[in-house]
Amino acid sequence: MAKPEYALKNQAKHQVQPLTKYQRLKRDKWLYLMLIPGLAYFLIFKYTPMWGVLIAFKDYSPFLGFWDSPWVGMDHFRNFFQNPDFFRLLRNTLYLAVLDLVFFFPAPIILALMLNELRFTFYKRTIQTLIYVPHFMSWVIVASMTYLFFTAGSGAINMLVENVTGKQINFLSAPEWFRPLIMLQIIWKETGWGTVIFLAALAGVSQEQYEAAIVDGAGRLRRLWHVTLPAIRSTIIILLILRLGNFLDTGFQQIFLMTNSLNREVADVFDTYVYFVGITQGAYSYSTAVGLFKAVVGIILILGANKLAKKMGQNGIF
Amino acid sequence: MLNMHNTPAGKVFDVFNIMILGFIGLVTVLPFLYILAGSFATEAELTRRSFFIIPETFSLEAYKYIFSTDTFFRSILVSIYVTVVGTLICLIFTFTMAYPLSRKKLMGRNVILNLVLFSMLFSGGMIPTYLVVKGLGLLDTLWAVMLPMAINPFFLIIVKNFFQELPIELEESAKIDGCSEFSVFWRIFLPLSKPVIATFALFYAVLLWNDFFAALLYINDSSKWPVQLLLQQVIILSQMAIGDASQMGAEYIEPPEQSLKFAVIIVATVPILIIYPFLQKHFAKGILIGSVKG
Repeated sequence: MAKPEYALKNQAKHQVQPLTKYQRLKRDKWLYLMLIPGLAYFLIFKYTPMWGVLIAFKDYSPFLGFWDSPWVGMDHFRNFFQNPDFFRLLRNTLYLAVLDLVFFFPAPIILALMLNELRFTFYKRTIQTLIYVPHFMSWVIVASMTYLFFTAGSGAINMLVENVTGKQINFLSAPEWFRPLIMLQIIWKETGWGTVIFLAALAGVSQEQYEAAIVDGAGRLRRLWHVTLPAIRSTIIILLILRLGNFLDTGFQQIFLMTNSLNREVADVFDTYVYFVGITQGAYSYSTAVGLFKAVVGIILILGANKLAKKMGQNGIF
Repeated sequence: MLNMHNTPAGKVFDVFNIMILGFIGLVTVLPFLYILAGSFATEAELTRRSFFIIPETFSLEAYKYIFSTDTFFRSILVSIYVTVVGTLICLIFTFTMAYPLSRKKLMGRNVILNLVLFSMLFSGGMIPTYLVVKGLGLLDTLWAVMLPMAINPFFLIIVKNFFQELPIELEESAKIDGCSEFSVFWRIFLPLSKPVIATFALFYAVLLWNDFFAALLYINDSSKWPVQLLLQQVIILSQMAIGDASQMGAEYIEPPEQSLKFAVIIVATVPILIIYPFLQKHFAKGILIGSVKG
């Protein structure tokens, strides 16, 4: 790190001593001063809560406080794994994560490939501007719009359904419609934004490669298969790793907003469970244990996916 | 340019491609146009017609109601306050931390960077964070919404990388002219990072304006609810009467129930849609600037 000092030392006729730690601190005093707000932020809002997960091993009581609440070891974890809720949460979380991987993950790649084939720049820009917009809307707005569209009675979609089939469907409360709605929402909201990174990767593919492929007689599909896809492969893999690393992070806000008492059987996932049990029922220690379980599995998944990618000869993210 | 598109099959493909993409673009914006139309429609029309983008009769009832009640108007003010003040805080915290971390000579830099990276992998979770906010006495204050999201670690790393890419000579020459580290940052580096500041101002503003969950967790006092939380209560929980008791005495206005819901969505979305086109040209560049080299 102290390269300039050492370089000087070797060249100079008289010996230049490398700076001592104290001198370096003094030289960079302004930089350290500037770091204070940021460091305070990380210590208070990121690292104190990490320390706070210890209440998962205690019986936290607001009256006794963090220090005086009694230790209970692994009791909360044992309770959680023996609770029938555990399998329901695991099933719902995995179900949504797999659907997400199958339906949502490829969508921006396909859309970016289609946009990339457009030659009219103005048309391309217009479409891009339109499809980016939903990304900037909040989940509350997306969920609210879903309610207004699908609600029984006056919902626009339900009125259309009634015109065609003669009766309405309880989209919002029927458990079998919960997962399709969640997928529909996320594809509508985030697919356009997801193309940004793939379009950037596609812009980097050299035109000569396409010309060479044409000279070799490659048709459109062959060019897509042999030139375009290999060019964006590493981008796809990095995003896949990130996705696998967040495998258990089913969109919390989205699911929270779409959950109601009638679809809870299929809607409850680890994150929403922590909220309902922790904040609304006050079981702080138990729900912290649930959250900690999820966080630890999440770390294992992201490190595992990263390792796997490196084994397959790809650059990982670490 | 070789004529790679001009085979008959290629032309058919092009036509389909243009049509499908046009359809996707339409599907993306139509829901929003319907909500906009619905916010100007009458109650009767909303219960009768299914899908329309031009209302038969043009009515401003819903907007009149929103801006005449304490509940809605106050929540809009709260949202504006949180977004403006919060974005300023976020930018100050992020940029003052990113700059020192971009200087490779800084002792302890790697330790701090690893702390930041670790916080992206593992977090204490909802309950321990809630207890910290509670312990600091921030519950029921707007600080609870702004401070816990003051630094987004991803954004911090991108800004750090951006500063790192700027030529080191800038710093050296300013030093020779007698600048302190802080004035190098303030007078040389910040003016050069205007597009990056604009990008992250937008990103932070969007996060803050769109937040409902921090408010749901930390703010019980409904007079301090931002508009997104109010929206959740009104539409998803169908609680129309929040805080309306204060209106009962004087001249109580009957809320136009259906179109009111449409209008609140519009009010909660439009501020973002207004700033979006101004910043669109910056953000694609802004994200890529820092993320090219890790």
